[in-house]
Amino acid sequence: MKNFWKSGDPFIWVTGGALTFSLLMIGGLLFLIMAKGLGFFWSSDIAEVKLKDGSKLLGQITAREKIPQPGAPPGTPKRYRIQLQIGNRDIYGLDFRWVNEEEIAKIDYPRNAVLLERREWGNMYGFIKEIREGEVVVAQENEESWIALKDLLPRTQGIYKTIKRIGKKDIGAINYKIEGLRLDIRKLELQAGDQTSMQANIKSLEDQIEVQKKLYRNKESELASLYEKLAEDKIIVSTIDGREKEMSIGAIVRAYRPNDMSLLNKALLYISKVWEFVSGEPRESNTEGGIFPAIFGTVMMVLIMSIVVLPFGVLAALYLREYAKHGSLLRIVRICVNNLAGVPSIVFGIFGLGFFIYAIGGTIDNIFYSEALPTPTFGTGGIIWASLTLALLTVPVVIVATEEGLAAVPRAIREGSFALGATKFETIWRIVIPSAMPAILTGLILAIARATGEVAPLMITGVVKLAPELPIDGHFPFIHLERKFMHLGFHIYDVGFQSPNVEAAKPMVYATTLLLILIVVFLNLAAIIIRNRLRKRYATSAF
Amino acid sequence: MEFPLENKKLGENEGYDTIIKTDEFEEKRVGQQVDIPNPIVKIENLTLKYSGTPALIDINMEIPKNKATAFIGPSGCGKSTLIRCLNRLNELIDGVTIEGSIKISDMDIFDPKLDITELRKRVGMVFQKSNPFPKSIYDNVAYGPRIAGIKSHSVLDEIVERSLRSAALWDEVKERLNESAIGFSGGQQQRLCIARAIAVEPEALLMDEPCSALDPIATGKIEDLITELKQNYTIVIVTHNMQQASRVSDYTAFMYLGRLIEYDITEKIFLTPLKKQTEDYVSGKFG
Ligand SMILES: Nc1ncnc2c1ncn2[C@@H]1O[C@H](COP(=O)(O)OP(=O)(O)O)[C@@H](O)[C@H]1O
Ligand SMILES: [Mg+2]
Repeated sequence: MKNFWKSGDPFIWVTGGALTFSLLMIGGLLFLIMAKGLGFFWSSDIAEVKLKDGSKLLGQITAREKIPQPGAPPGTPKRYRIQLQIGNRDIYGLDFRWVNEEEIAKIDYPRNAVLLERREWGNMYGFIKEIREGEVVVAQENEESWIALKDLLPRTQGIYKTIKRIGKKDIGAINYKIEGLRLDIRKLELQAGDQTSMQANIKSLEDQIEVQKKLYRNKESELASLYEKLAEDKIIVSTIDGREKEMSIGAIVRAYRPNDMSLLNKALLYISKVWEFVSGEPRESNTEGGIFPAIFGTVMMVLIMSIVVLPFGVLAALYLREYAKHGSLLRIVRICVNNLAGVPSIVFGIFGLGFFIYAIGGTIDNIFYSEALPTPTFGTGGIIWASLTLALLTVPVVIVATEEGLAAVPRAIREGSFALGATKFETIWRIVIPSAMPAILTGLILAIARATGEVAPLMITGVVKLAPELPIDGHFPFIHLERKFMHLGFHIYDVGFQSPNVEAAKPMVYATTLLLILIVVFLNLAAIIIRNRLRKRYATSAF
Repeated sequence: MEFPLENKKLGENEGYDTIIKTDEFEEKRVGQQVDIPNPIVKIENLTLKYSGTPALIDINMEIPKNKATAFIGPSGCGKSTLIRCLNRLNELIDGVTIEGSIKISDMDIFDPKLDITELRKRVGMVFQKSNPFPKSIYDNVAYGPRIAGIKSHSVLDEIVERSLRSAALWDEVKERLNESAIGFSGGQQQRLCIARAIAVEPEALLMDEPCSALDPIATGKIEDLITELKQNYTIVIVTHNMQQASRVSDYTAFMYLGRLIEYDITEKIFLTPLKKQTEDYVSGKFG
């Protein structure tokens, strides 16, 4: 026995076991997220559940679980229940229902059951009864109506797109101009100076506002007529329990009959849903639709952070390693830098709020945006402040990695440069930094990995549940660093724990998590590829 | 490597003689035995200490222009230290103190007003272990000229080609100028370092055991190259290899424990050395 321990074999088993266990945990986590997240977009068949008491339910089966029977004697048969997504929130109030399998008499999959994804109130499950254009009945039987609906849907969706475009782009631009002009007037009023010329200036600005307002009213009436057109086409759907619901076809995002679809069609539907998820905007308090703004916000924030943290970290490391006098002071500074990496991130968030937002942002507002006060421009959370806070959080990582890279540049190469008449600066700039580049990028990779995962400090420095506008758009100056933004990490928290409809949001949480992981992997991969390229180029001789 | 002086702290006025007393040392402290024609480097009373430990003691010598001068001696005797004084590369090391004077072309190189980068452009150096920059062949050779402020592409092209030709490397690399220097063989890398050094057209070229890491064939090429280069450059070469010193150099200096023991025409050092240590060393009795 003693020899057995001494041989070291058990130790190898323990070490190998520890590694396997960790890998299994990570693998299991990824698998769970993948399965739940990717399954969300697959449209399963619509089940018509006939209960023993004669009532019927219509919906998609989303889960099945054992019913716990505490205290039951061993040998009692297991009992199960299924979860049905019955939708029709406007009628039933609840999207989901649990049904005990014992109560079920029969499950059918009627071919003509239809699923309507709506802009509001979630999914609708039922059977189409009638399609109307205005007061004219276009189609009446189920089959006929389905064909008519498929004809009408592209048209209403086209109208809806136009409405969105006008509302967002045209009216947005007008509003933006009016706000700009209003601020110009405020600015003039705040300036002391020649009264008469000022009055004239204000007058001309006000005239311009009037012009814009007229444009605005034109657009508004255009919108109103479009809305009318949108509301013209109606659909009447009967639910499984015989109720009828009339609604405008314009309210429908997608209509399909999953029980009547081939596998290929379902796959295409799957792809279009995934695409909507990554490219669309959120609906229904984020529990439906896409998460594009959150992806955009996350990536942009990480990019701004990288742009800031890289030069700062590298410069600081250069000073520490190449210029600072060796001694106890340097050692203390180095220890502080290392420990900074371990400070809880919320502390950085508080600092960001107090220093960046209140102190710096407030000062910027007072000097440059005084006309907008008391509404803060920079003196409130925004993507720039969140990025700077994260840069502060991750700068120690970059410093440490860069220092290691600088230390690893061989003395022989530096001397070679000096011997050719290069100054210390030229040597650092042309030889040392390029040679240390792979290490610097390693630092950046670590920084990015850390930054993408942070949520806490962002919540007080600029992340919001729903940002009306992206930080980059078509209005001058195109990049709006002061804007609040959406973030995947916060989105997960918000959808999963703050949403009124937790059950419906659950798959969304998994899908968003999956996407966040993919983005982290993607950002890291990009940095790793760049680093390996550089490493090849700047490999130092080793013979 | 041995460090004979390492643990022996010498006082201010204590000389080397206190450690090893032989007849020769008492007879003559200065090792230079010949008149050097047309000297370009003049070293006078040079003493160098690493954090108080002397590594060079009272060196006096002259180095002739456009000749090859070899430094031989056992490991740790101060050969590298001495030639690194000539381009003041020792000053990068903390705690180095230098006394005495060195003049190169009548210019005092320790003059505080002197631009040290200017000196290093005039005195090139090739190191023991080839140290190409992790850049392309072209960028390696063009590094010095670019530092010196040359920007024109055509001029740089011309310099690169000329330097690589002088280093007998052009034919091997002309197709691969944009490849990283790291992929080349040790001998090619060392010749690249020579090309890099002569690209700035120095007056003198210092070589610190340039062949010690190379195989005999590569060594042969470099030795041919040195013979070629000394037409135009003053060459100072440190070597461990006595045959090499006798093959490539015109003058040879023998150093021992931080002192210049004997310095004469190469044949004389190898055939009829004046001092016993020199004889022992070149005949392989120690070292
Ligand atoms: N950077 C240094 N710091 C302290 N001592 C040094 C340093 N470099 C060399 N020495 C000492 O100086 C002496 C001469 O070294 P060096 O010039 O390298 O000898 P060689 O090149 O002849 O082998 C040796 O005793 C060595 O220990
Ligand atoms: Mg040496």
